[in-house]
Amino acid sequence: MEAFLHQVLSGLATGGIYAIVALALVMIYQATHLVNFAQGEMAMFSTYLAWTMIDAGVPYWPAFAATVALSFVLGIAIERIVIRPVEKAPVLAVVIVFIGLLVILNSVAGWIYTYTIKSFPSPFPTHRILGGYVSAHELGVMAVTMGVLVLLFVFFRFTPLGLAMRAAAQNPVSSRLVGIRVGWMLALGWGLAAAVGAVAGMMVAPIVFLDPNMMAGILLYGFAAALLGGIDNPAGAVFGGFVVGVLENLAGAYLVGTELKLTVALVLIVGVLVMRPSGLFGRVLVTRV
Amino acid sequence: MTPILEARGLTAGYGPSPVLHSLDFAVPAGGVTTILGANGAGKTTTLRAVSGLIRATGEVRLAGERIDRLAAEDVARRGVAHVPDGRGTFVALSVEENLRLGAYTRRDPGGVARDMERVYGLFPVLAERRRQQAGTLSGGEQQMLAISRALMLRPSLLLLDEPSFGLAPLIVREIFRIMRTVNESEGVAILLVEQNASLALGLASRAYLLETGRVVVAGSAAELGANDAIRRSYLGY
Repeated sequence: MEAFLHQVLSGLATGGIYAIVALALVMIYQATHLVNFAQGEMAMFSTYLAWTMIDAGVPYWPAFAATVALSFVLGIAIERIVIRPVEKAPVLAVVIVFIGLLVILNSVAGWIYTYTIKSFPSPFPTHRILGGYVSAHELGVMAVTMGVLVLLFVFFRFTPLGLAMRAAAQNPVSSRLVGIRVGWMLALGWGLAAAVGAVAGMMVAPIVFLDPNMMAGILLYGFAAALLGGIDNPAGAVFGGFVVGVLENLAGAYLVGTELKLTVALVLIVGVLVMRPSGLFGRVLVTRV
Repeated sequence: MTPILEARGLTAGYGPSPVLHSLDFAVPAGGVTTILGANGAGKTTTLRAVSGLIRATGEVRLAGERIDRLAAEDVARRGVAHVPDGRGTFVALSVEENLRLGAYTRRDPGGVARDMERVYGLFPVLAERRRQQAGTLSGGEQQMLAISRALMLRPSLLLLDEPSFGLAPLIVREIFRIMRTVNESEGVAILLVEQNASLALGLASRAYLLETGRVVVAGSAAELGANDAIRRSYLGY
């Protein structure tokens, strides 16, 4: 029973990371109706930026804040320079651009920082708390997840800019007619997704260690989480993240063993797409023909 | 007096072949102009060309200044509010959020709050539904919301694309009555595109008849109303 409880709690902690990645995916999906396959590599690259700063002696939290800000700017730059030119291209072309971005970021990170695994510090103490069921880092990750979620909720729900971004995602033509610069809203969405992804990267790096391929599996879990919760629903994506984290841990401990844990994500992805494509909380899209 | 809107040689379309062929028309300051025509005559395209949603050649002047090279968001920022065909409702947002979006470019929170109360006064049904998701409104209510959203911009010119489309006659009459109020008491000029010619001519002072992208008749609303050919084809008596 104790072991079971432990698996659930640490599942919730990794689930928090999947939830953040899923949030970043949802943010770009809502604006463009496409899944950004480079999201994980963008987060990995951001984490390397943080590592560079910490390695140079910058204290953790200032480095954290600088990384989030820098990622935001880089996200906007990627949208302006790489995505904007293919805005009107067919879906497949854009997907290929995403994959190209993934490969480029991965290779550039490997080229600059080499493929040797690096350790990345956690801002939270390492000892176990709550009777040893959960580590302070795991608890910290959950707190950060909830913090990111609340910030995003407040931003989208209560600020004029957040409202304009939702409007631009929903009805670009009407948005332009009320004076919203839709192109910039898209860029802003990329910036936010990159910033949120950077948080995920810095939270997961102390657990999986820092290397150019560290986000490959995590992006899959994040994708499964977003699909499970409904890829157009931010709150659903977060819920999906926690569910996937727990399921993954339990399946790893009792069902398939740790080596096959990643298949849980794949099974979930296929399962959701077959049984309930809109996810648990997603809107079913009805198109009139 | 400079007209609030003046178009000269306006040519526009969606692909290589133009839909509009060198249109000339004007909306007097504080006045109402209507463009009539059958389905496919180019009425909606005309409004889209004016508000910058599609590329056009020729000249469009707003109060004397060229706006034909501007993007749609910049035309809106100059005080042109376009109520598009199909109403352009943000269906997943609440009624109040739709109205707040209408005032997106304004930087006077006090004035926006007053205007919000004002449009709720014009359309009390919207006040009752202010927290409701806009997609759940009826067609007439959505048309009222679209006009209200446009008014939240504090426009100097309102572009209306077939506000009567698909609505019950009683609601259409109500909407036209309120548009007259808006025009007369606040001096908002209106460019109205309509298939319902008798209603449109009742509201407008100037009128143009469009056929396959060309202006075939232009004159005062009274002249067009008395024109036999127009009466037979568009007024049906």
